[in-house]
Amino acid sequence: MVLLTLLAATTIGVVRVRNLFAAAILTGIYSFLMASVMILLDAVDVAMTEASVGAGIAMVLMLGALYLTTTDEKRPAHTPLLPLFVAGVTGAVLIWAVSGLPDFGSAETPVQVLGPNYVERTISETGIPNAVTSVLASYRGFDTLGEAIVIFTAGIGVLLLLKRAPSGGDRAK
Amino acid sequence: MRLDVILRVTAKLILPLMLLFAVYVQFHADYGPGGGFQAGVIAGATLILYALIYGLGAVMRIVPVAAVEALIPLGVLVYVGVGVFGILAGGNFLDYSRLAHDPVHGQEWGVFLVEVGVFLTVAATMLAIFYALAARGRG
Repeated sequence: MVLLTLLAATTIGVVRVRNLFAAAILTGIYSFLMASVMILLDAVDVAMTEASVGAGIAMVLMLGALYLTTTDEKRPAHTPLLPLFVAGVTGAVLIWAVSGLPDFGSAETPVQVLGPNYVERTISETGIPNAVTSVLASYRGFDTLGEAIVIFTAGIGVLLLLKRAPSGGDRAK
Repeated sequence: MRLDVILRVTAKLILPLMLLFAVYVQFHADYGPGGGFQAGVIAGATLILYALIYGLGAVMRIVPVAAVEALIPLGVLVYVGVGVFGILAGGNFLDYSRLAHDPVHGQEWGVFLVEVGVFLTVAATMLAIFYALAARGRG
């Protein structure tokens, strides 16, 4: 509860603050709070990823981008009505979707029904005691391959957009 | 250079530990939390921290741009290679059971290699994005 309150406060802070440097720091704080929530939910792997990517790398990249521009947000050129409408509708759809999820802690969820099966199989079939790793890399290896390709694509995309021509080239100016 | 002695000394102390932790997360994922993705991010963050404190040139001497750009696809290729090896050995795509004499060992090898692939791609991508951003600021 305390964490969720802090999360909400940080979110409002990110929206309200006009100094982009402060906003970047606040998103980092948000990531650390989110990681703490994940630890409370026993999802240590997710917490680790959130802390290192969200609070670490993403913040460095945001600060690096800020270094290239100014640190103060410009006044918006349009009225915020259309974005407000889009955000409101998206939020409503998400809340509506949550009502379709099984109850928190329910015994009927797929993870409760199918999970023990993997936990039992993992040692005899893969020799890996950590079921998270064996599911990620072996039983669901195809999904993880997709994730690796997503990261690959993201890296290539950023390189195409941002990389400058080798020294002497002035094309990117 | 400037009055950043504290930063430099602290970084010197913390950097090897960070890299060691990345390796630990990578190889201990069978028993504890972690895996290629997390380890890759930590390794990437280590190098980025090094770049932030000692300058971009210092890191580019250790990991040149060309190496980073080669490692991004290499990781995916390792992953796909393991999958294709499964086919060549008479199984399905990503069928690790064929990698060793008995299926359990094959699974261990498969997971290990696949995680190495993920590690390479993630670490190289993080570094590549940072290089691309940081190099812009200099010119």
